Amino acid sequence: MFIPHSTKETEEMLKSIGVKKIEDLFDAVPKEHRFPNLNLPAGVSEMEALGELQEYANSNETVHELACFLGAGAYNHYTPAAVDNLLRRGEFYTAYTPYQPEVSQGTLQAIFEFQSLISNLTGMEVANASHYDGATATAEAGVMAYHNFRGKRSKILFSEAINPQYHDVLCSYLCGYENIQIVSGSNKQDPFAKPDSLIPQIDEDTALVLVQYPDFFGRIFDLTDLAAKVHEHGALLGVIANPTALGLLKTPGEMGADIVVGEGQPLGIPLSFGGPYLGFFATRKEYARKIAGRLVGETVDGKGRKGYVLTLTAREQHIRREKATSNICTNQGLIALAATIYLSLVGKSGFKQVANLCYQKAHYAAEKLSALPGYKLVNSDPFFHEFVLKCPKPVSEINEFLLDQGILGGYDLGKDFPGLKDHMLIACTEMNHREEIDALVECLAEVAHD
Amino acid sequence: MTEPTIYELSSEGRQGVRFPECDVPVTPLPVGLTRDNLPLPELSETDVVRHFIHLSTFNYGIDSGMYPLGSCTMKYNPKINEETARLSGFAFTHPHQPEITVQGNLALMYNLQEFLKEISGFAGVSLQPSAGAQGELVGVMIIRAYHRSRGDSKRIKMLIPDSAHGTNPASSAMSGFEVIPVPSDARGNVDIQALKAVCDDTVAGLMLTNPNTLGLFDENVLEVIKTVHAAGGLVYGDGANLNALLGIARPGDLGIDVMHFNLHKTFSTPHGGGGPGSGPVGVAKHLVDFLPAPVVDIVEEGDSEIPPLYGFVTPKQTIGRVKAFYGQFGVMVRAFTYIRMLGPEGLRRVAEYAVLNANYLLSLLKDSYTLPYKRICMHEFVLEGCWADAPEVHALDIAKRLMDYKFHPPTNYFPLIVHEALMIEPTETESKQTLDQFAEVMIKIAAEAHSTPDLLHEAPHETPVGRLDEVKAAKELVLCCWLPEQN
Repeated sequence: MFIPHSTKETEEMLKSIGVKKIEDLFDAVPKEHRFPNLNLPAGVSEMEALGELQEYANSNETVHELACFLGAGAYNHYTPAAVDNLLRRGEFYTAYTPYQPEVSQGTLQAIFEFQSLISNLTGMEVANASHYDGATATAEAGVMAYHNFRGKRSKILFSEAINPQYHDVLCSYLCGYENIQIVSGSNKQDPFAKPDSLIPQIDEDTALVLVQYPDFFGRIFDLTDLAAKVHEHGALLGVIANPTALGLLKTPGEMGADIVVGEGQPLGIPLSFGGPYLGFFATRKEYARKIAGRLVGETVDGKGRKGYVLTLTAREQHIRREKATSNICTNQGLIALAATIYLSLVGKSGFKQVANLCYQKAHYAAEKLSALPGYKLVNSDPFFHEFVLKCPKPVSEINEFLLDQGILGGYDLGKDFPGLKDHMLIACTEMNHREEIDALVECLAEVAHD
Repeated sequence: MTEPTIYELSSEGRQGVRFPECDVPVTPLPVGLTRDNLPLPELSETDVVRHFIHLSTFNYGIDSGMYPLGSCTMKYNPKINEETARLSGFAFTHPHQPEITVQGNLALMYNLQEFLKEISGFAGVSLQPSAGAQGELVGVMIIRAYHRSRGDSKRIKMLIPDSAHGTNPASSAMSGFEVIPVPSDARGNVDIQALKAVCDDTVAGLMLTNPNTLGLFDENVLEVIKTVHAAGGLVYGDGANLNALLGIARPGDLGIDVMHFNLHKTFSTPHGGGGPGSGPVGVAKHLVDFLPAPVVDIVEEGDSEIPPLYGFVTPKQTIGRVKAFYGQFGVMVRAFTYIRMLGPEGLRRVAEYAVLNANYLLSLLKDSYTLPYKRICMHEFVLEGCWADAPEVHALDIAKRLMDYKFHPPTNYFPLIVHEALMIEPTETESKQTLDQFAEVMIKIAAEAHSTPDLLHEAPHETPVGRLDEVKAAKELVLCCWLPEQN
């Protein structure tokens, strides 16, 4: 399968090499370990493989059959048909990282356009070619801030209202660095502390202040004052942003962010059980040379024709080896291409419309749900497309009931925040019809009485 | 041949995709928190489709022709993988869904972990790492966590042979290790005497690429591993070259403690023009508790009628989480499909024919190019892209000239230990005819290098653009474009 050699060809090739049989090519492998028997199921035809994979797939329930109110870092959006159709061009998806620009202009120009779109969305001056996901992009923001001060500032101050998984990945990445402290702005008991409450803790030892926008609980705060205070102390402000929200909201750039990162999955990427997704990373031009990961720049060839190349590669690990500040090699090229196609297709008006639909549906749901006896909307701050609902029962119990009714309930915040037992994080997108929201409201009313 | 950017193609008021009208009562937007201007391009669907089709024609992929990029294993990417990964049962599952609703995903992940364990001889596998470089970082973090868990904090050195992969030093440095290079001997193996000289109780581990970046299987591999273990260190195996070992030897059996896999190299998942990859990590028994969390396990045994219940579990001394959610799931589905189709015999054939192809191509080229290490190679080999009697021609010129003959160039200037290196990995999916054509072109270029060197210096001639000015790109740093009115 996928090996084209005929017996005759194999024999001719062995003759040209000067050995008798293929096994002779492996004499360097220790004999006692050579040619182990692999205890794996026997191979099958394409037809059988598809059937088997279909069985696995069919034993899942999906957001096609269930009304989805789950978010918390991954969102159920509509992807226009043309996105996947274009992604299936073999010239795109079977190419490697564009090390040879003359035969990679398609990939390179698409990444250049991706960088432009992310810059424009976030209100920043430069963006890179992508990271693995929002969590690793956040970790790279921590790494960049640390190196920006050459390790002389040891504190990364984070808001408790950032995605807990992003926090965990940040810690995993930075634990190898000398004397770095990752400090909570409040504590797990007060996850709803507002961004301005971080201000008293910013000092001359702070490298980075990290907040999320909208935050993990869906809330929107103006970060302008926080940014000013961060800069007074010479530190950097990092903002984890939801790209869909940036279709409507003030950009982190205009509020004074120095680094904007986030998860690009909402930009036309299938949920696909958590990956592959798309980390984006944007910053101010003065930090362009400190960004980890790939950057594509515009230039010309010998005849003056415009073209694109990977640039500032001297920063990278294959050249700087152990002096490099990141080991990133592969990024999420094809997923960045998907986001580029998505944003080009929906464009200025379509993207605004998606963001507005998300906002409107979530506000409709919040209003209806907060009117139910036993339920309470925990925060009164402005929010985008997610909100926290305090429930009269454990969230797992409620979600079990909802699932029987064909509804994927919200995220159980008690899993990450001990103080938020019985708190559910509900997300709405353009995919949630009014009838679905009404059904959710009805079911939650019913389960409260059981 | 150039294509305008999507910003240049934009026309005010044009719309690609429409969305439904709002079906709920409207809430006013929050005052003072909205943006004034959304500077995105405005295009029709036709504009967008043509634009990206044009761009795709400027690219070269495996579907276009042979792509012998050394160390990247650019084998054919079966089309069925693209179908299975897109099955709606996989593509439309949310990562936070209750485990009971995603038993198909969890069973697939569990079985893929089991397959990878069997192929590599390891006791545990985590599928979480996003790509090879992250898998490698995880491997180094596991080594650090292992020593720390035993209260052994004096181990600060990571040994890296000069024939190892380029990312190894950066991964070590990111984990706070001091990098100590170890030279190769005259046959391209790790120099045992040099290794012994640096092995002491401050050694945390050795990062071994085997087959190494010269494409050679280390003839002293067992002694290398024994030496490091005797000093109390662990051995990390770089799995980027696993394609040569499928069914040939299991890294775990050789004594390697921890290794990453590249699903996008060995197991045929597409490289996507630079990702997404997937870099699962396998470990020997003593390191299973340190794997990144979560991993999939059977939480309730099944019987003849009821399938087992799968769930996520957290290894006891886990190094933590290195990615949101569980890994590049869509890539796992593709790799799983491939392993199911090939089975154990098919996998061994992959390695055998990958090695056969490399040695055959080597036999055709060794009289026209200098071969620095004269041995049977594994899945790839390295030639010198230069000749004493054609001093102006460099490896880069050969690489660029290959494009004119419709081949993707090999990796050049790596590994660093070979002068003007050309690193060639044909993979098992290329036919004898294609290899013959490639060899013919390479021999022709060797002749051109002597007769008409300028033809090489000015290459490529047949591509959408010629050699690009990289100095200008780095100096002027134009990294994005805007809508025309903003310029």
